[in-house]
Amino acid sequence: MPDIGRVVVVGASAAGLTTAESLRRGGFDGLITLIGDELHLPYDRPPLSKQVLLGTWEPERTAFRDDATYQRLDVGLRLGATATGVDLGKRSVALASGDHVPYDRLVIATGVRPLKLRQGHDLRGVHVLRTVDDALALRAALAGATSVAVVGAGFLGSEAAAAARTLGLDVTLVDLAPVPMSRQFGDELGGWIGDLHRDNGVVVKTGVGVNRLLGDTEVTGVELADGTTVDADVVLVAIGSTPATDWLESSGIPLRDGVLCDSTCQAVPTVYAAGDVARWHNERFKVDMRVEHRMNATEQAMAVAKNILGDPKPFTPIPYFWTDQFDAKIQAYGIFPPGSTMTVAQGNPADRKFIAHYHHDGDLVGVLGWNMPRELRAARALLTQD
Amino acid sequence: MRVSIDEDGCVGAGQCVLAAPDVFDQRDEDGIVVLLDEAPAPHLHDATREAAVLCPALVIHLAE
Repeated sequence: MPDIGRVVVVGASAAGLTTAESLRRGGFDGLITLIGDELHLPYDRPPLSKQVLLGTWEPERTAFRDDATYQRLDVGLRLGATATGVDLGKRSVALASGDHVPYDRLVIATGVRPLKLRQGHDLRGVHVLRTVDDALALRAALAGATSVAVVGAGFLGSEAAAAARTLGLDVTLVDLAPVPMSRQFGDELGGWIGDLHRDNGVVVKTGVGVNRLLGDTEVTGVELADGTTVDADVVLVAIGSTPATDWLESSGIPLRDGVLCDSTCQAVPTVYAAGDVARWHNERFKVDMRVEHRMNATEQAMAVAKNILGDPKPFTPIPYFWTDQFDAKIQAYGIFPPGSTMTVAQGNPADRKFIAHYHHDGDLVGVLGWNMPRELRAARALLTQD
Repeated sequence: MRVSIDEDGCVGAGQCVLAAPDVFDQRDEDGIVVLLDEAPAPHLHDATREAAVLCPALVIHLAE
């Protein structure tokens, strides 16, 4: 094991916490400091747009670990602490409080921040959804509302629309793309997701952009680019996110839509990145990627911890992700680049139970299952064959 | 080692089955975890720990 006394992890969510735990499991007995800008103990985000929004889980249930576990792990938690910069020469992280936290190895796991619309964001009733506080604010707003417009039909927007509809609200799902989730899975599969939402009573308005949000102090609706308006008591803006790297801009750490790393998740010597914020070269698919999904946060953090403690190895995962919307559990392994060809390999989309294969440049690069978890796990093996 | 699972939080990712197929399986209909072995033999401990770490819903609990 290299001579390392102090590891500092900035970002106290899934990737940051998994880094700390994996270092301990790997035998590291030096100092670990986990810095997070939220005041809550580290918690899990996927339930926020599902169980927490629906009210079936109280927010406490999303906490990863209790206080005692952090003490047992001997992890120094600095919550409510915002990192403002890194000094690579002095090897220290600056905090908003004025403190400087020295490190021998630094792991950046600051995740992403939701994008906002340029206009109308200050109106009451306009929400984003990233943190547990965001989820509780949205949940409270939905409880007093009859209609909600969701701007953006990606993972988050589609899931939140399904949750709001399940709660009984009138829901309109808006996206500039021709169908929901087309950027993620292409137009044909996205069309089926649109059908799922329509069948459950969501008004799906795709292929049309947003002109502006309406209202003086409180939002009253959304004006679309075709001139029509959608009345809404609540608007959720789910138009994507941007890596939380603003604090690194003058640090000298390479940034390109995320922290730019090599295939071992190292950005510069002694500095690594993991989770939503990390862009690295995945040698398995021979592409640079940045993955905003829960499984990657765990896998990449485990890889970073191993690479800090031992011989660095390339991180070559088959990305896995899932989404739950109404009765659909959609799971996917691999990559789904634009221009891929989708074919149904098993089952039938009409039954909402099927496996789809995605080919790109003649290679099978992704498999997707719709309510077929066991079969999808078997299909994953196809991606590991050369 | 004793293994317990919180079925209610399971998201059906199947990562546990990939890591430790002798200890975990998934239900046919919804992919929810099925615990095959509550007290895995020592040669399965590493794989079981790996499964617990990989679980994206953190529903696998180990008492060692």
